[in-house]
Amino acid sequence: MKKKKGLIILEVIGLLLALLWLAPFYLMIVNAFKTKKGIFSDVIGLPEEATFENFKEAFVDLNFMNSLFNSLLITIISVLIIIFFSAMAAYALQRNSSKLSKTLLLVFVAAMLIPFQSVMIPLISIFGNVEMLNRAGLIFMYLGFGCSLSIFLYHGSLAGISKSLDEAAIIDGANRLQIFWHIIFPILKPISITVAILNVIWIWNDYLLPSLVLSGENETIPLRMFYFFGQYTKQWHLALAGLTLAIIPIIIFYFISQKHIIKGVVEGAVK
Amino acid sequence: MQNKSVTFWLFLTPVLLSLSLVVIVPLLLGVFYSFTNWDGLTFTQFVGFENYIQIFQNDSFINALWFTTKFTIACVILLNITGLGLALLVTRNLKSKNFLRTVFFMPNLIGGLILGFIWQFIFINVFDFVGRMLGQEWLLGWLSNETTGFWGLVILMVWQMAGYIMIIYIAYLESVPQELVEASEIDGATSFQKLRYVIFPLVRPAFTVSMFLTLSNSFKIYDQNLSLTNGGPYDSTQMLAMDIVRTAFESNQMALGEAKAVIFFLIVAAIALTQVYYNKKREVEV
Repeated sequence: MKKKKGLIILEVIGLLLALLWLAPFYLMIVNAFKTKKGIFSDVIGLPEEATFENFKEAFVDLNFMNSLFNSLLITIISVLIIIFFSAMAAYALQRNSSKLSKTLLLVFVAAMLIPFQSVMIPLISIFGNVEMLNRAGLIFMYLGFGCSLSIFLYHGSLAGISKSLDEAAIIDGANRLQIFWHIIFPILKPISITVAILNVIWIWNDYLLPSLVLSGENETIPLRMFYFFGQYTKQWHLALAGLTLAIIPIIIFYFISQKHIIKGVVEGAVK
Repeated sequence: MQNKSVTFWLFLTPVLLSLSLVVIVPLLLGVFYSFTNWDGLTFTQFVGFENYIQIFQNDSFINALWFTTKFTIACVILLNITGLGLALLVTRNLKSKNFLRTVFFMPNLIGGLILGFIWQFIFINVFDFVGRMLGQEWLLGWLSNETTGFWGLVILMVWQMAGYIMIIYIAYLESVPQELVEASEIDGATSFQKLRYVIFPLVRPAFTVSMFLTLSNSFKIYDQNLSLTNGGPYDSTQMLAMDIVRTAFESNQMALGEAKAVIFFLIVAAIALTQVYYNKKREVEV
C-alpha cells in the first residue's frame, strides 16, 4: 500500500516536471497566434482571437520553402555521403590488420577531439581561395567533420561480421566492391541507422559552419532565423511564428523515429 | 585487404581526402599562422609569440575564459544532478514513463540557436510579465546584466541537455541486475541506502561518461550564447567560441583569432585526453 502511494506521488512530480519542460514550447506557440498588442497585454494565456497572419508573414520572411529545401538537400546528401564513404573506409580498415591500418583508425579517432573553432579560420580561407564556399563545398566539409565518429561506429560493428563471408564471396569470384555493397553494407543496416540519426541531428541544426559558408538564396533554416533578430526592434509575434515553423520538421522526425533516435544517441555518447 | 592493394586505398580515398582538407591541413596551417601576421590571405613576417602575448594583454579572451569556466562548472554540476534525477524518476514503474522520457529528451533535437531565441522571449517578456503581475522584482530585467545572462545560459543549457544525460543514465540504470536491488530490499535497506550502496556503484561508469560529455559540450558552446545573449551586455557573457569567431570574422584579426583558436584546441584536447585516460583506467578495473 505504501509503495503504491509513493508511486502516485512520483507520477505527479513527473507530470509537473513535464509541464515545466514543455512550457517554453507552449509559450512559443500560443504567442505565435497573438497580435503584437496581444502579446503585450497577456503573454501567458491563450490568444483571445487566434490569428494565422503571423505564420503567413513569417513563411514569406523566412523564404520558408527555399530554406527548407536547402536544409533538406544539404542534410540528406551529406548524410548519405557520410554513411557510404565511412562504411567503406571502416570496412577497408577493419579487414586489414596491419600497423598502418591501426594508425589510420587512430588518426580518425583523434580527429574527433579537434573542436571546430580550432580549424575554421584557415578552413574558410582555403575554401574561399578555390571558390568553394557554396553548398557543394559545405557537403564536402560535412564529410570531413562527420566521417571520424561514423568510421569509429562502423569499425566496431564490422568486428562482429565474420570474415568467412568475404572469403566465400571471393571464391565465387566477387570483387571487394561487390562484397561490400551486396553483402556487408546490408548487414550493417542497424548501425547505419544510428550513424544517420546522429548526423541528421547535427547537420540539420548546425549554425556556425553554414553561416560562414552560405549566403543569400542558399541559406538553411537556422541562418534565415536571423531575419527576425537582426533588426533593432524585435517583432516577437513574427519571430515566434518563424521559430514554430522551424521546429515542425524536426518534431515530425522525432515522432516517426523516436526509438531509433534514443538508441542512436546512447551508442554515439557511450562509445 | 593488403596495404598495397588498390582497393584498400580506393575505399579510403574519399574520407582521407576530406579529413585532410577539412580538418588536418587547416589545423596545422592554423598553428603555423598563429606565429605570423597572417591577415586571411597572406603573411609577410613571423612574429614569434607576439599574438599569444597580445591575447593576454587584452581583456576579452581572459574574461571569456573565466566566464566559460564558471558556466562549465555550473552546467556540469546541475546537468548531472538533473539528468540523474530524471533518470531515477523514469526508471520507476510509472504509467507515464515513456511519455516523460519523450518530453524530457525533446529539446535535444532542436538546435541551440532556435532554443536560445525561444528562451530570450521567455526571459525578457514572460519573466517581466510574471514579475510585474506578482510583484517579484527578481524576475525583472533578465539578460540585461552579467548575472542574469549567466543564469539564463545555464538554465537554457540544463533544460536542453538534461534529457540527453538522462538517457545515458537510463542505459546504465537499466543494466543493474534486478536481483541485487531485490536482495538489498529483503535485507531491509532504505531507499537511500539502496541508491548509495547498490545502484550508484553499479552506474559509476555513467558518471564518467556524462561528466566529460557535459564538460566538453558546455565548454565549446556557441549557438546558445549567440542567440540568447549575443555576448551582451557589453561582451560580459561572451564565451570562448564566440570570442574566437568575433576576433577572426568581425574584427578581421585573423592571426590573433588563430592564436586564440590554438589555445582553445589545447584546452579541449586536454579535457578529452583526460577522459581517454579515465576510460582506459576504468577498463582495467573492470
